[in-house]
Amino acid sequence: MLKIENLHASIEDKEILRGVNLELKAGEVHAIMGPNGSGKSTLASVLIGREGYTVTGSVSFQGQDLLALSPEDRAAAGVFLAFQHPVEIPGVGNMYFMRTALNSLRRQRGQEELDPMDFLALAQERMKLVEMDQSFMSRSVNEGFSGGEKKRNEILQMAILEPTFAVLDETDSGLDIDALRVVANGVNALRSEGRAMLVITHHQRLLDYIVPDQVHVMVAGQIARSGGKDLAIELEENGYAGLGQQENADRMPVGSAR
Amino acid sequence: MTAPTTTTGISDEVRDLANQEYQYGFVTELDTDVAPRGLNEDIIRLISKKKNEPEWLLEWRLQAFRHWITLTEPTWQHVSYGPVDYQDIIYYAAPKPKKALASMDEVDPELREMFDKLGISVAEQERLSGVAVDVIVDSVSVATTFKDKLAAIGVIFCSFSEAVQDHPELVRKYLGSVIPYKDNFFASLNSAVFTDGSFCYIPKGVRCPMELSTYFRINAADTGQFERTLIIAEDDSYVSYLEGCTAPMRDTNQMHAAVVELVALDNAQIKYSTVQNWYPGDAEGKGGVYNFVTKRGLAAGVNSKISWTQVETGSAITWKYPGVVLKGDNSVGEFYSVALTARRQQADTGSKMVHIGKNTKSTIISKAISAGHGQNTYRGLVDIRHSAKGARNFTQCDSLLIGKDCGAHTFPYVEVKNPTGQVEHEASTSKIGEEQLLYCRQRGIPEEEAVSMIVNGFCREVFKMLPMEFAVEAQKLLSVSLEGSVG
Repeated sequence: MLKIENLHASIEDKEILRGVNLELKAGEVHAIMGPNGSGKSTLASVLIGREGYTVTGSVSFQGQDLLALSPEDRAAAGVFLAFQHPVEIPGVGNMYFMRTALNSLRRQRGQEELDPMDFLALAQERMKLVEMDQSFMSRSVNEGFSGGEKKRNEILQMAILEPTFAVLDETDSGLDIDALRVVANGVNALRSEGRAMLVITHHQRLLDYIVPDQVHVMVAGQIARSGGKDLAIELEENGYAGLGQQENADRMPVGSAR
Repeated sequence: MTAPTTTTGISDEVRDLANQEYQYGFVTELDTDVAPRGLNEDIIRLISKKKNEPEWLLEWRLQAFRHWITLTEPTWQHVSYGPVDYQDIIYYAAPKPKKALASMDEVDPELREMFDKLGISVAEQERLSGVAVDVIVDSVSVATTFKDKLAAIGVIFCSFSEAVQDHPELVRKYLGSVIPYKDNFFASLNSAVFTDGSFCYIPKGVRCPMELSTYFRINAADTGQFERTLIIAEDDSYVSYLEGCTAPMRDTNQMHAAVVELVALDNAQIKYSTVQNWYPGDAEGKGGVYNFVTKRGLAAGVNSKISWTQVETGSAITWKYPGVVLKGDNSVGEFYSVALTARRQQADTGSKMVHIGKNTKSTIISKAISAGHGQNTYRGLVDIRHSAKGARNFTQCDSLLIGKDCGAHTFPYVEVKNPTGQVEHEASTSKIGEEQLLYCRQRGIPEEEAVSMIVNGFCREVFKMLPMEFAVEAQKLLSVSLEGSVG
């Protein structure tokens, strides 16, 4: 489904991604771990088309050249990012925002738009997945939401927009154990044959809830090691030491990464 | 001399006749009805005579003129424009029926495109562009039913000229009572030469059952560049008044200096909403309208309330400070404003709240959006006088910048002479967030739609003060006005 080859990205002459290679098949969930500054979030940014990066290499998504598309076209193609720091949009109702988003996607895919009543029914059903109540929908997008509420709101959007490929950028950060469970349950409910996910995290504990098919360790802008879910446990014990080639790879135990 | 006002179903014959009248009947006669350029006492006498005005009104106009010539044009506002030659303006031209167009095909394509974007119905498009007889008939008949309904409850809603003829005692009592002819340069000029406008009187205890809109006033067209509006709400009455329209207004008169006076007596409420979309000029700022308006309400009675809500997207230059003089005890003044400046537009706008009565309360919410090379200035005065025990004001000024060539400025003035007064001021300036845009686009919302969504969210506090239909139109208007300002 997704094939990343020799991906480089730099910002103002500072190279952050230094040749990333990664392949995800439909139905797979991969985790990316790694120390701060290793390029995990940059990878997410480059995949959704954030401006400001100089990018080389290739990303093929279901046969399309993903890097050639605008952010909204990538979304229409089925790419979704659960943001690490979801932004607030004052005055724009959460419900209205999600309906506009879904209808934009549907329009771009040549599907009929949903009217407010149909959308409401859909939203209510999906809200159960993340245990959100109706009051969230009448508030402004992310405005005044707690950290956990913001993360749940991201997963709710994923549930409503139904992407084929989703990146979860540190969706677990800042969550207490209950919130983590809610978010993970939501994510697991959305795992399916036709959908791939890339889960970026610092903590092995998330992977107890969302069990990945593969774990990759990113160090200094490259995938330093890949393996099964046991790799995450090994990292928890030994840290990232010795995995990478250079500066960012110095002794940093996973548990204290934040 | 008015436009044909046939009221029943139209046969082709009538249609032909009506068109013919436009073609021949008026034009030759009209030319004799245009005053020479320039302004002097004779011109004012001519205006007053043409309008068959009583002596006292002529005298008032002349006093205004004699005062005006002693004044110089103000320069303190944060806008710049070339000199206006006041002797090169035609101050009187008889109302001119616009030449009827045979169909929408004759309308400026750019204008039509704008209409479509705003979602204005075909019938409405035709009315606004002056197309075809049946549409005129339509709007006249609507207006007639409307007038009958209002008359039944004693509401007077007519043109200012009609009011001078039919209700001179009311006009004489209130004209200039809120904005005296000495008020400022443009108000003095207006007082001397105003040609028409709206008049509205709500009798004691009447709650006006519908929004009064200039749309329904029969001779709304061509009120000219010096418009004069007077609204009086007697004790325990209520009125909501809508001015303007979202359709783009083109006008060959570059300078507009209108005056609007509102009077609210005991327990009366006036809600005045404006959507202003005068031609802003081209991308270089050429040809746009200068909109220099004086608007003020007098909350004269106890517990009276006056609210101004405005959405301003047009004009090359906007210069206005709708205010409220809070004279009655417990009276309330409100100002909610969205001002957008794009292209080369400049706006210096805000509000004046003058607290005189006890426990008076005022609220100012100003949302300024600058895009392109637009310059947006908020200028406000909160004046709490000695007598205003327990007065309170809350002011919030938010500015939103789109792009790097625009500007936003805030000049709040506060004068408090009573120690019990409470004044709060909040201000914020933000750039439209790259992060917000990316977030929307990541969800599949195209960039321009995302900008308009974020901007509309920014303005929501003001939009929700507008009557429902107006609010929907205002949102669309904002989106259309912002087109092309990203990327």
